[in-house]
Amino acid sequence: MNFDLSSDQKLLVDTVANFLRKESPVSRLRTMRENPVGYSKDLWRQMGELGWLAIGFSEEAGGLGGSFVDVSLILEKFGTTLVPEPYIPSVVLAGSVLASLATPEQRQRWLEPAIAGQTTLALAYAEREGRFDPCRVATRAASAGGGYKLSGEKTFVLNGHAADAVIVSARTSGGVADHGGISAFVVDPKSAGVTVRAIKTMDGHRAAIVTLQDVVVGAQDRLGADGGAGAALERALDRAAAAACAEGIGIMQTVLGMTRDYLCTREQFGVKIGTFQALQHRCVDMFVETELAKSLSILASIKADEVDDVDRKTAISAAKVQLALSGRFVTQQGIQLHGGIGVTDEHDVGLYFKRMQILNTLFGDEEHHLTRFASLPTFTERVTET
Amino acid sequence: MEMSFTPEQIAFRQEVRAWIRSAMPPRVREKADVDGAFDQSEVMEWHKVLYRKGWIAPHWPKEYGGPGLDATSRFILVEELELAGTPHLSPFGLAMVGPLLMQYGTDAQKKRFLPKILSGEEVWCQGYSEPNAGSDLASLKLRAEDDGKGHFVLNGQKTWTTYAQYADWIFCLCRTDPNARKQEGISFVLVDMKTPGVTAKPFLTTGGTPAFSETFFENAVVPKENLVGPLHGGWTVAKALLGHERTTIAAVGQSSRQIRRIKRIAAQTMANGKSLLEDPGFRAKIARLEVRFRALQIANYRALASAQLGHAPGPEASILKIRGSEILQQCLELGMELMGHDALAWFNEPGVVPANEQWVASSFNYTRATTIYGGTNEIQKNVIAKLILSLPSR
Repeated sequence: MNFDLSSDQKLLVDTVANFLRKESPVSRLRTMRENPVGYSKDLWRQMGELGWLAIGFSEEAGGLGGSFVDVSLILEKFGTTLVPEPYIPSVVLAGSVLASLATPEQRQRWLEPAIAGQTTLALAYAEREGRFDPCRVATRAASAGGGYKLSGEKTFVLNGHAADAVIVSARTSGGVADHGGISAFVVDPKSAGVTVRAIKTMDGHRAAIVTLQDVVVGAQDRLGADGGAGAALERALDRAAAAACAEGIGIMQTVLGMTRDYLCTREQFGVKIGTFQALQHRCVDMFVETELAKSLSILASIKADEVDDVDRKTAISAAKVQLALSGRFVTQQGIQLHGGIGVTDEHDVGLYFKRMQILNTLFGDEEHHLTRFASLPTFTERVTET
Repeated sequence: MEMSFTPEQIAFRQEVRAWIRSAMPPRVREKADVDGAFDQSEVMEWHKVLYRKGWIAPHWPKEYGGPGLDATSRFILVEELELAGTPHLSPFGLAMVGPLLMQYGTDAQKKRFLPKILSGEEVWCQGYSEPNAGSDLASLKLRAEDDGKGHFVLNGQKTWTTYAQYADWIFCLCRTDPNARKQEGISFVLVDMKTPGVTAKPFLTTGGTPAFSETFFENAVVPKENLVGPLHGGWTVAKALLGHERTTIAAVGQSSRQIRRIKRIAAQTMANGKSLLEDPGFRAKIARLEVRFRALQIANYRALASAQLGHAPGPEASILKIRGSEILQQCLELGMELMGHDALAWFNEPGVVPANEQWVASSFNYTRATTIYGGTNEIQKNVIAKLILSLPSR
């Protein structure tokens, strides 16, 4: 058992931290949130050149053969300054589906340029009535002349407003709730029949409502076997959940540090407010919650690529629940301990609070993962054993 | 980054688990199955079984009779003992005065006391707290006066002296210099419970067991050879012990067992035609607690891995007592909730409630102590605020 970072990992962490200090301090989010794209394609390309986008993919898939732990180290740093670039939508969500299902030609066409930082991707899976279940799919893919016609509506597609290619989950067979019968298609958002409505999200990013009306795609645009994308979608979402946990840890650590510094600086009643025991204990509680969430986030990043579904889902769901419990508390109390200025847009703590809320919603909220955790066989194993 | 046990460690765990199963005496096993409170004779019977096996003091160095296990193996052994519900051994000899004597005791003291701590031939209790000296332990008043003839004469009172009524010896913090600054006038003294003038009066906890005791000292004469460490240097000696063994303080084995126990209670309790384990509301409650437990467990593994690699304790270690104690309380609280009306019963004849529920109410009460003993959680938070977060003091 060893939780130490390797020397390569330490170097990666330092490199990312230094880069962000210069290129993407949290103030940059304020500028970017006014921008219709919401991030910089130039910075994205630089991240590609640095290998950060390729790190979690196998060499066979065109990556650097790193592990998800490496990905989570990058995302934790991204969380510290609320980097707006679409790492999770492009690399983790869409990238995972491509890595799972794409043929070598499809990888060359879509994955390679994306992990090089030349393009960005999006995964359009969520539908209003599906809530957080990627296998609740009403969007249909009807067979049409050797290819398909896609019709339906996808909601809150992260990076859907700017992606060069969008992976869409659509049903080729079965009922709305069936795990089988779901296929994944790569769609050019400029295709006829595709309507992309850009929307703003609370964290200063952009997403899209994507409507498809008889959008024509070829058989070569389908990823993996017809109707067989369910498992890959679930795995991609599990990875995204683990990614959210990692970014969330960066957020929590930053809010904790910011709050602690404030308690050491702010004076009222002739003393530093950090001398008040009530505030000290609240800050300690924030510290405890951060360490607990970090512990499960580490577990999730270790298990994110676990082949055993039950083992992986148990770890990811536990981590996502703890992220919600701890993340809410830490960011709420971060605001509380700053007093009035914590509720201003001007102060940074509110930006972290908002991104944490988004992360708690994305890829399955507390309730969703709690239910999943309790429905896995691991929950009731050994109960009757004495 | 690697979060798994090695094949050797897994094999050791299996060996321990199998041994415990075979070695638990039947009456201890019966009580363990219902998570009942063990009486002194049951605890000592188990102590002797562990002693004969050589596993009585996993944290002791080999030269003093420890089994020579590394940090991870020690953790595994303790976790398995907790998972099996074996009696908690009194920590005062094995975990407190024993290691303290190894560090500060004279050769004569080590020779006189350590073997009998190990074998269980002598049982110890702790004389620290007093009615007016709890969290503010340094304000203790038990007076130890030099009689000029080679003895200390002790007068005063200690409280919470757990199981003093069964103890052969008590280790005490006494005031030897009432004029010095309070931490600088304290000495560490070993006292024979049979000394004339020493009286132990047990009293009940809210859990219904006589785990607490008051110990009175009336002109109790103690030989100066029983001083441990320098005269007036007792506070430093005692402080060296107050940092508990960081890898086992969270008692994850205990919480793990309790979670399984409450799932079992949920599975066997019916309401509206289905078991409470199938009820989505209760299932979610249990799941939420288990997630919090898993976070604690992984934090514990991080502290363990760090100890195994020889690193100094990281920040994650400081949260283990705080959160471990709370989670244990929450387990018992949820257990009571699951029991419905059965939670009302109190020390009745068998048959009123299922056997595995009989002791829940008692433990539910007693576990209110987990956040209080060993340094209250509030004191722990003061320490973290100062040492880890560097928050300012008045």
